[in-house]
Order: sequence, then C-alpha cells, then structure tokens
Amino acid sequence: MAYYRSTVLVSMDPVCIEKGALEVKEQLIKELALLNLSEEVQVLDSPRLGDPETEGPDILVYPEGSHYIQLTTATIVPIVLEHFVKGRELQQYKAQMRDVTDEELSEPKEKEIRVILENIGKIDPRNIEDYIAVDGYQALAKVLGEMSPDEVIQTILDSKLRGRGGAGFPTGLKWKFARQAPDTPKYMICNADEGDPGAFMNRKVLEGDPHSVLEGMAIGAFAVGASQGYVYCRAEYPIAVSTLNTAIGQAREYGLLGKDILGSGFDFDIEVRMGAGAFVCGEETALMASIEGGRGEPRARPPFPASKGLWGKPTNINNVETYANVPKIIHRGLEWYTSMGTEKSKGTKTFALAGDVAHTGLIEIPFGLTLREIIYDIGGGIKGGKAFKAVQTGGPMGGCLPESDLDLPVDYETLGAAGSIMGSGGMIVMDEGTCMVDIARFFMEFTQDESCGKCVPCRVGTRRLLEILEKICAGNGEDGDIEELEELSEQIKKNSLCGLGQGAPNPVVSTLKHFMDEYKAHIYEKRCPAKVCRALIKYEIMDGPCTGCTVCARNCPVGAISGERKQTHVIDQDICIKCGICYQVCQFNAINVN
Amino acid sequence: MPPVTKNEEETVLGVQKIVKRIGATRADLISVLQAVTNEFGFISQTAMEELSKLMNLPTKEIHSVATFYRMLSTQPRGRHVVQYCESAPCHVVGGREVIATLKKVLALEPGQTSSDKKWTLLATSCLGVCGMGPVILIDTDMYGNVTPEQVKELLSRYE
Repeated sequence: MAYYRSTVLVSMDPVCIEKGALEVKEQLIKELALLNLSEEVQVLDSPRLGDPETEGPDILVYPEGSHYIQLTTATIVPIVLEHFVKGRELQQYKAQMRDVTDEELSEPKEKEIRVILENIGKIDPRNIEDYIAVDGYQALAKVLGEMSPDEVIQTILDSKLRGRGGAGFPTGLKWKFARQAPDTPKYMICNADEGDPGAFMNRKVLEGDPHSVLEGMAIGAFAVGASQGYVYCRAEYPIAVSTLNTAIGQAREYGLLGKDILGSGFDFDIEVRMGAGAFVCGEETALMASIEGGRGEPRARPPFPASKGLWGKPTNINNVETYANVPKIIHRGLEWYTSMGTEKSKGTKTFALAGDVAHTGLIEIPFGLTLREIIYDIGGGIKGGKAFKAVQTGGPMGGCLPESDLDLPVDYETLGAAGSIMGSGGMIVMDEGTCMVDIARFFMEFTQDESCGKCVPCRVGTRRLLEILEKICAGNGEDGDIEELEELSEQIKKNSLCGLGQGAPNPVVSTLKHFMDEYKAHIYEKRCPAKVCRALIKYEIMDGPCTGCTVCARNCPVGAISGERKQTHVIDQDICIKCGICYQVCQFNAINVN
Repeated sequence: MPPVTKNEEETVLGVQKIVKRIGATRADLISVLQAVTNEFGFISQTAMEELSKLMNLPTKEIHSVATFYRMLSTQPRGRHVVQYCESAPCHVVGGREVIATLKKVLALEPGQTSSDKKWTLLATSCLGVCGMGPVILIDTDMYGNVTPEQVKELLSRYE
C-alpha cells in the first residue's frame, strides 16, 4: 500500500457537484501534479462533509483535519501552495469552528454516563452515514441476521429495560404480549409526544440522533412482528419532525426501512404523525385515538394496546428514550448494560434540569445516583447562592420532594415510595423564594386545563382542587380547606380513567405532606412566607431610604409609581401588578415587601 | 342560502387544495385542520362544510376535533399571535411577571383578540426550550430569557 503524508477528501454531495466540486477536484489534482506532490497527497471522493448549501464545494485535509469551504478552481491554487508546500493553513478559506457551546447539553459532568445522549452534537443527524460510522444499524443487522424474535425479546427482558416514558413497565414484557397477540397487522408506535413541561430530552434525541430511535423501532417491530410504525411527535417540535422525516427517507434509501430490510425478507416502514397541541395525547390510548384522526381522549384499559390498539389491532407503544436504548443493548451486550444502575432499574436515564439550578439543561446518569448528587454535583447547586427548597420530579403528575429527601437514590421504586414519580425525566429545582401552595395551585391549573374532560373525577375534581388552592392563595382560605384537599385528592386518584387524572393530585398531596406549615400560614395567618402570593403581599416605598431617583417609576411597566424627582415616590396599589421590578431596580433598598 | 362571497370561494378552493395535498382519509383530518388553520388563521364554518363534503365526515365530527386541540382554532385570530409559556420551568424563573406585563401592555386576556385585529394572546403548552425560560412566541419567532422590561420592545418589532 502506498504511503501518503496527506489525504484530501472532496465532498461529492450532489449540491457540491452542482456548485463545481468536480472542477475543483480536477484543478486540485492538476496543481498537485505540477508540484510533484501526487505521490504524497492522496485525493479521495467523499460523501457530504459540511453543509453543501452554505459550505460546498468543500474539502477536508487529513491528518490536520482542516476543512476548506466555498472552493472554486481559483481558490484551490493558493490552498495547495500554502497547505501542502509551505505547511500553513489558509485561514480565509477555512470553516469557522462550529460553536459547540450548547445551552441545553453541555460537556458531561463527572458523575454522568452518556449512552442515549452520547452521539448528540457529535454526529450530523441529517446524514445517515454519520450514524453508521458510530456503529449505527449494527444491532439491526445482528438481529435480522443472527437472532430469532424470541431471542430478541429474551435479551430485552434480561436487560431489565423499563419504559422511559414514566411508568417503568418492563419493555421486554410489553413486546412479549404484542408478539403473542394473534391478530394482524401489528403496529409499532413511538410516543414522541413529550408534553411534560420541563422535559425536552426526547426532543434533543429526535433532533440530534434520530436513527437511534428508528433502529430501536425496527428491532422491536421484528421482535413483535409489526409491519408498520408511527412516530407520534408533538407539533411544538417542528425541527424534530423535519429531522425525523429526513432520517426516515435516508434509512429507506439505504434499505434499512421498507421492503426486505437488509435482504432478510423483513418488511417494516415508519411514518411521522403530528399532534396539534393536547397534553393528554401522551397517554397511549389517547395517542392512538389522535393517530386515527379523532379527539385525543383516553379509553379504559383493558383491552391493552398489545391486544387491541391502533385501529383495533395489536400495537406496541414505547417512548423515544426506550427505543433509543434498544440498539445499544443489542450491540454492546447485556453485561455492559446491566452493569449500570440499581437492582431493579438498569441502565441510564436522561433528565432535564430546570428552574433555580445553576446549570440547567440535559444530563444523563446511571440509576441510583442521589437527588443531591444530581442537583449539587452535576447541576452546580442553587442559582445565586440561595437555599434549596424543593425539587419536583416527573412532570405535572409528579410530587415535590423536600431537603430531607435529597439523599434518596433516583430509581422508579424509591421516587414512587417518596410520593413522586420518575415520569419522563423533568426535574424542576425550586429555591427558598418559591411558595409551595402557589406551586400546587399552578400544577393544578395545568392539569385542570389539560384534562380532556371525558371522566368526571378528573374534569370536575381537578377544578375543585384548583378552586380551593386559588382561594387559599388569594387570602381567603378557611378552616377545613386542608381536609377537603386531602379527601378530594384521594378520590381523584382512585377514580380517574387514565394516568393524567390518577397522577393529578400528586403535587397537592406531596406539598401538603412536606410543606404543611406553608398551607397553615396562608390559611390561618393570611401570610405567604415566600412572599409570592400577590394577594398576601404588598410593595411599598419606604420614606427614609427613597432618594427620589425615579428609577422605579421609569421601570414600572404599568405606570403605577408616581412622585417628584428627589421626593419620596408612591406606589398606587390599585394599578400595581406586583411584578416586583421596582424591588429589583431600586439601588437604595427602599422597596419593602410585606 | 346567501350568495357565496369571494372570500368563501377562496376558502373553498384553498381547502380543496389542502385535502388534495394531504389526503382525505380519517387519519389525515388533524393534519388537514392544522394546514387550514395555518393558511386562513382559523377554521371557518365554510371550511368545515367543505371538509365535510371532501372527507365524507359529518361537520360535527370535524368541529369536535377542531375544538379539542390547542393549535387548531375555530375563531379568527389577529395578525400577530403572541403566545406565552405558562409551564413550571418558565413559571419559577419569572414567567409570571412576564405574563402579567403582556396582559397589561396588550390589554388582553388569554384567548382574546384586540379590536384592531392586530394581536391575539394565547397560552402555549411547553415548547421544550426550558433552559431559556421564560419563553414567549410571537407568530413563529421564539424569544427566550424574556424579562418584563423587554416586553414592550419585543412587541414593537411587529407592525
């Protein structure tokens, strides 16, 4: 084999060719020959390198890794002279280093293990070859070539993979039920209706590594015997939808989806279906109703989707992250996978840290890390040096856990026992300035609004809960309210049709359990200890410290503050919306909150 | 029957095109309604009647789906739709103050459209960009880390 000191990859993307890549390549070879460098520098065709639209024609020079862009037959000449003769990079034709600071996904912290998120930001999600280069579709090839459907299901059972959508049902068991269902055709659905406020890990996976989900679905489809798949993605994620569609198109081109996949005789195709903004569609029966084109209302189970699902046929539904785990388990093996996590919760879980934590964004940890490790070691603690008050896990159906629960390990059972849930992985950290009654009211407002209205306990019950909480926050709480909240919560939990209603009281129950004092302060002392509930607080300007600098009056968005320059200002309480801006902008600490 | 106005004619033609592009099966209904909302701002009675014919569904079925989903509208909307995220991650980092300011500045409650048909104010479900809350969406432009002070300036960018 000849030895070359340099290798030049020339992008042969159709767009680059249209923009003159062939001529650039010809000129490059000619120049190298003129300088007697043909023996030293190898020129190879390559699939797309950079973005053909903005960067093509482009070349990549190894071993340096220099990426020269927007080339013409004229600009290639000085590049050859400078780069290959003088050994200097020509900065003006080089691609700018891509901005790699991603606010949503920073470099992994010490205690993290990235499995689901490992490729994100490293591969081009719109180029299937990038995914193949990191061992993508190896697992599918292995499954189709070497394994029987029952072996695949046994492997997933042995991995103890559990549903990442929240409930944590064993994935292998779900597949087994769908496989055993006699009816055909069977459907494979990916639940990408990530509606939990604060959770955006699925969006990141779909936008950054869509093929991992498609590969997981195809493996699952082979295992259960499904021929058609649907990704139900929420319409709030337009980029995820378009990335998915591109990925599906490329997978079809490469024979990894469609008829006779990899020559195995197995047929499976995937379509993307979009929601139109309804939180309840994340519930599996509601989701199927929505794919069928109707109102996304849940129905009673059984029958479970595994026997009667989409269009009455056997259907398997898993979440984005669950599917993304599948190829990794098959490809890297059970020993590797089960070495991560706890006895009953294996592998890793992604979380979206949000709220008053120093580093917000996505993280991925092995199950079993404590909440304290997540919030302090990975999240960097509370923003602005304030004190921790509570962490809400699992989205709007989850509970708020106090300081005393921070050393609990994060797994399905422990969070459940503590009165919260794993959910899809939202984690909202709250500091001392948060009013827990207001938070409970807030979550109830959400569930009340998102209740589809089909069953009474959820539709009416959440409204009653909300009314009581609103009353308490407005300063009109009375003796007996707490007992009524408890009683109602119990009833809603027991009698609702789907997970939305059954989980809806969690924020109320958990705050009552851990923050009873705050409820009592609101009801019996008409006081909001966190100074959040507007009816219970009042902004006033103190006579002494006010210098009449007018800063507050100029910043007040509603013009509620008046006063002459150098005179004490006054807030008109009838106009004041209690936004707190005056409090923030005053440099003399003259604003008092009561 | 009142005579068909020019506007209605346009609606009928537009709806026909959309159904031709997307499909006329039951499973296509949500995508079709979304496309109609995007093109005409809302799903009018005329549009619903035309869809009923083309898709062979009773209008009450179409109406029931159209009113179920947040992104579909059966009411006309303003030239610019301002949506705020009211979800927890935005709420705890100051979203409440931003919403209060929006309501005050626009003099609208969520769901309302201004009398000059310029603004519609709506609450949106979580947009999944929780790392940069509070988030507001004006038409299709997303703004993150919004403060109450910025609200007036952001709105002034729209004619």
